[in-house]
Amino acid sequence: MLTLDCPYCGLAKDETELSYGGEAHLKRHGPGSSAAEMEEYLFTRENPKGLHFERWRCSAGCGKWFHAARCTVTMEVFGTYAAQTFEPPAEIKKAITAKRPGWTWRNFQ
Amino acid sequence: MSEPYVSVARLDGIAMITVRADLADKAVVKAVKTSTGMTVPATASALMDGDSGLGWMSPDELLVVCPETERAATVDGLTANLSKSHALVVDVSDARAVFELKGAAVRDVLAKLVPTDTHTDALPQNALRRTRFGQVAGAFWFQDATTVRIVCFRSVADYMHRMLDQSTAAGSEVFAT
Ligand SMILES: [Zn+2]
Repeated sequence: MLTLDCPYCGLAKDETELSYGGEAHLKRHGPGSSAAEMEEYLFTRENPKGLHFERWRCSAGCGKWFHAARCTVTMEVFGTYAAQTFEPPAEIKKAITAKRPGWTWRNFQ
Repeated sequence: MSEPYVSVARLDGIAMITVRADLADKAVVKAVKTSTGMTVPATASALMDGDSGLGWMSPDELLVVCPETERAATVDGLTANLSKSHALVVDVSDARAVFELKGAAVRDVLAKLVPTDTHTDALPQNALRRTRFGQVAGAFWFQDATTVRIVCFRSVADYMHRMLDQSTAAGSEVFAT
């Protein structure tokens, strides 16, 4: 069972109280974008064995969307953070670096 | 048949009003205080006094509970006092059902139904939790140490009532008394 802390409720919420929202930090390409950008936005997803960034919603709680950084192998959670950001905040990156030195994920490191 | 070890009652005459507004906004907090005489509760908590009270539902959602008789006046008061804020006041009483559980083992009954930690260390008496009860969404808070009120959508009230009756039936105690 995956347990994530909702950054808005400040509470530990278990997987059954949350809804999964897919990969985090996707750049939305709209009208006027190239076919390649549109393909990237719609279909191209990371599928890592290890560190991953995801969107989750506190659906049986406060209803807010948030982000989570976790390991898909060990289920270790490095942290959760607000939805209103384009990349993981410094403290999340620091927490990951402490456990997974030299990590990279898409353009982040 | 013997009595349930925690009593279950569906309550009538309790109104619920949802306020959507930024609860960190001082003007909103002041308007709520002026309208209800009560202070906006801290994150994930409730301030209840009998059938009146406030509950924190999310950073921008407040639950206002009041007796049915004060329903219209409370809606009007909140609407007027929040008119200058980016806010929405909606009477949701008819969309909801309220249940009351009463008994020393009330936390054990909750523990059967919700994924929330119901130990006193994790769930203080002033807590309000939005979670799920079995298959349906619901929220609960404590009226006192042995009394819990649960709110859910009226459309699932029958499911909730049967589930609460089953979970409080004599013989289904979690710990022997
Ligand atoms: Zn939440």
